[in-house]
Amino acid sequence: MTSTRGFHGLRALYKRELSGYFNTPLALVFMIIFVALSGALTFYLGNFYDRRQADLLPFFQFHPWLYLFLLPALAMRLWAEERRSGTLELLMTLGIPSYQLVLGKFLAAWTFAGLALVLTFPLWVTVNYLGDPDNAAIVTSYLGSWLMAGAYLAISQCLSVLTRSQVIAFILAVAVCFVLTLSGFPMVLDAFQSWAPGALVDAVASLSLMTHFEGLSRGVITFSDVWFFAVTMAVWLLANRCLLDMKKA
Amino acid sequence: MIKIEALVKYFGALKAVDGLAFEVNPGDVLGFLGPNGAGKSTTMKMLTGYLHPDSGYINVAGVDVVQEPALAQQHIGYLPEGAPAYGDMTVEAFLRFIGEARGMSAIACESAIKRVSEQVELHSVLARPIDNLSKGFRRRVGLAQALLHDPQVLILDEPTDGLDPNQKRHVRELIAGLAQDKVVIISTHILEEVMAVCNRVLLIAQGRCRFEGSPAELEALSPHHQAVSLHLPDRDIAADQAQLKTLPDVADVVCEQAQWLTVLPRAGAFVYPQVDQWLREQQITPQSVRVESGRLDEVFTTLTRPAADDVTGDDGQNGGGSGVGEGSDQPDIDQKGIDKKGIDKKGASV
Repeated sequence: MTSTRGFHGLRALYKRELSGYFNTPLALVFMIIFVALSGALTFYLGNFYDRRQADLLPFFQFHPWLYLFLLPALAMRLWAEERRSGTLELLMTLGIPSYQLVLGKFLAAWTFAGLALVLTFPLWVTVNYLGDPDNAAIVTSYLGSWLMAGAYLAISQCLSVLTRSQVIAFILAVAVCFVLTLSGFPMVLDAFQSWAPGALVDAVASLSLMTHFEGLSRGVITFSDVWFFAVTMAVWLLANRCLLDMKKA
Repeated sequence: MIKIEALVKYFGALKAVDGLAFEVNPGDVLGFLGPNGAGKSTTMKMLTGYLHPDSGYINVAGVDVVQEPALAQQHIGYLPEGAPAYGDMTVEAFLRFIGEARGMSAIACESAIKRVSEQVELHSVLARPIDNLSKGFRRRVGLAQALLHDPQVLILDEPTDGLDPNQKRHVRELIAGLAQDKVVIISTHILEEVMAVCNRVLLIAQGRCRFEGSPAELEALSPHHQAVSLHLPDRDIAADQAQLKTLPDVADVVCEQAQWLTVLPRAGAFVYPQVDQWLREQQITPQSVRVESGRLDEVFTTLTRPAADDVTGDDGQNGGGSGVGEGSDQPDIDQKGIDKKGIDKKGASV
């Protein structure tokens, strides 16, 4: 007989999800586009050469924008597809607690995003060839970027549970991620400033993914930034779990 | 083994399941019968712990499903409607995933895959992606998945939907074989299936139980139960009809087809001896005679008709007959007659 204890459900789902990316052309397409876009942005918009500095700031500073579109695309199918094809019913009657389902899917997507990030290593090689960068700072930035990717994925995965349509899931996720990316900037804050109390405006401003990545992208690691991304992930995954239980009908 | 009490489920304002109660014991194969939208799938989803009931009690293998769904699910093998599966995986990888997710060890998993692929004859497609399989094979993959952990309770939502007659027979034999030590619940709108595999029937419409009993008891509700049909070519049908009506225990005599007379008995009566005697007295040799065991589609339509007080406009619920016959590949489902020749083919699909 099988048992309810342990994490075999999480492990099995994680394995299935991760290999699922490579069973389809999705992995290949995503990785190529991610690496190509991040390279192009670094060299053209980031003026990598003209800055004449041996660091990867031009590379990391575009990550919020890259993630804003690519990670919702990665996460949009996570629940929407299960709901559309009816496999959600199968998945949720295997005796796996729902928190393990949410975590299994999330960890697989996050691992995949990490792999995509690792594939940008030629830039690191390049910058080491051209100059003498602070490699510790670069590693910190990579970890920071991966942490931020987790936040984008948690948000997108949570919103995917709301609909059967992947397109709607994508648009919803991009919209929410856009607001949260820029919530420290006038574009979003102006909408609150005229009516909301100062404390709320400050609270909204503090939710900005971009602001919290600012330090990490320069290789400066602060507890508050790491904490922010960890809490963002936890909150959205928790919301995902609650919505999953509510929305399965 | 399975006990349901006063089960109620609303979808918005619609009462999908309305006070359902039943019990199923080991060795039982319960057929869940009803028109589309009657609440069959909803009830199954609640039984498997996928949906929460609004009120009521469900116990499967001694576990309260509402309180401890994950524990109850270990005892349940479930084939959801349409046999969903991950199309990008191969059959073998899919079954391995199900086994691992259910906490089976690698060795147990391999032997279970071997066992179920024998049971449902999947060896030839184990290495193929599920997306590339025919409907019949996909259904079998769904069954294999439900059987993998050798559960005590099997809940199969339309297990033979979309299969060809050979595959249907095979699946029915499989279910009959499994029923010896398990509880099986199948939902269907194919009447033939109920007769073939179930020893109990629960007929529901508008979320309520309309009949519970054995398939034979269900058939006995038909006005055609024990009716005698005679094929009398070259006879004056009208005159014979009038004479037959005068026989004792005859409720009615109808002409449903050219040169055919059907003698309907009063409820519970057996008219064959009278009819036989009359034929001898008249020195008539009919071309064929058959005694009917009842027409399920007739009973189905009568029982699923909306009650006067709860007429709803929902599609698939009015009249109740909408679901019948959709999947029935053999038109003579309602006939268990002595003589299968010249069977009335029009009665099967409503």
